Amino acid sequence: MDAEMTDDHVYLSLAEAGPEPEGEARWAYGTGFTDPLLGVDTALPAGVDGADLAVYCQLLGDDALVLSQRLIEWVTCAPELEEEVALANLGLDLLGQARHLLTRAGQADGSGRTEDDFAYLREEQEFRNVRLVELPNGDFAECVARLLLFATARHALYERLATHPDRVLAAVAARSVKELAYHIEYAGSWLLRLGDGTELSARRMQAALDALWPWLDELFTPHEVELRLGVDPSELREPVLASLAAMIAEATLAVPTAQPRAFVNGRGGRHGVHTEALGPLLAELQVVARAHPGATW
Amino acid sequence: MVGTASAAWEVAAAVPDPELPMLTLADLGILAEVSEQDGTVTAWITPTYSGCPAVAEMAANVDSRLRAAGYGEVAVRLRLDPPWSTDRISAEGLRKLAEAGIAPPGPAGAHPGQSTGPTALALGPTRRAVTCPQCGSTDTEELSRFGSTACKSLWRCRSCREPFDRIKEI
Repeated sequence: MDAEMTDDHVYLSLAEAGPEPEGEARWAYGTGFTDPLLGVDTALPAGVDGADLAVYCQLLGDDALVLSQRLIEWVTCAPELEEEVALANLGLDLLGQARHLLTRAGQADGSGRTEDDFAYLREEQEFRNVRLVELPNGDFAECVARLLLFATARHALYERLATHPDRVLAAVAARSVKELAYHIEYAGSWLLRLGDGTELSARRMQAALDALWPWLDELFTPHEVELRLGVDPSELREPVLASLAAMIAEATLAVPTAQPRAFVNGRGGRHGVHTEALGPLLAELQVVARAHPGATW
Repeated sequence: MVGTASAAWEVAAAVPDPELPMLTLADLGILAEVSEQDGTVTAWITPTYSGCPAVAEMAANVDSRLRAAGYGEVAVRLRLDPPWSTDRISAEGLRKLAEAGIAPPGPAGAHPGQSTGPTALALGPTRRAVTCPQCGSTDTEELSRFGSTACKSLWRCRSCREPFDRIKEI
């Protein structure tokens, strides 16, 4: 039998690659975190204010980081192994998007803060994510509903941001829009399966949509920097709602009619005013980094 | 002796992918460009997914291979624009994937990842015709859209009963 026909082909291939030069890190997964913008041209384009761009990248990066953390909470307790793998993959996409955006934020404002500084060393009121992404996970139907609402809105935004004057932000958007299409497809297929499933599954899927719907509108409520240098998210309201309504109808469910959640003196997640759910999430996210400042491994 | 820019390309192009080591970074279309200027070799790589955890390893491997080949000044840089696509996998790469038991992707343009309108929803078996890389049967079904790495889905052949990975179009 040909040696290449054995199950060892992967390892043979590695061995055939020859002696490993000193410092080769092929097996050292997780031992080094490369700057996600390593060697990328980070000059600010003319007319783009660095401080504004940094805030804008934090809005988008914090949405991705916090939802990623919520998705990862499903690992070890998803309904089926396939869903666990799927949710972990979706969370990894969002984590990658967050790393790029937060790294860009630290470059743009000249502070030199790293992705870790943003993720691990900010306080709750410094996080700028919408409240939708921080709410506790709830049941699987709520997981599906939140993913559907968030991914549909973010996909629409990134399609428009792919032509942004800041080429780093534009590149992150162009990359992410393709990933988010898979997120919509995943959430949409479960919406259909549960909504057009049994009486029980339809009732729970409808309840999940109803519960999360009031938090959707915050994604369409402009923050001042979005109006200055990004896409006005209120322009996304109509096309995103139309897309969601089409998918909800396909799933034989009803588009919720609940009114948007109120802000606190006009301030919500984008201004650091969060629900009580964010504190415990951040405590878990940050505990190791705060207990061992500057630790490496 | 230090070679030319194209010789440097050959060195960097031969670096195996950390997750699919039967393919090189060139096969996968991850290696975007290698140039040599004023004695410095610069290699640009385009990561696959935003969350690809192998970027640090790829950069370190390209760097160390170039240094081992005699290039003194080496820089590895990321190029995010245009984003990576499975359309960048070479014909040789597609062949090696199939040989390794991994179903290669079809054209990415046919996937909703490239579309701009609302996502069409469908239940039931995926209609995409995928050939089993083990026995060649087209009687296959998707088990999970998400697999062992971000770029793969999990399939099963109904003829030979073997599961297999498939690279997703993106």
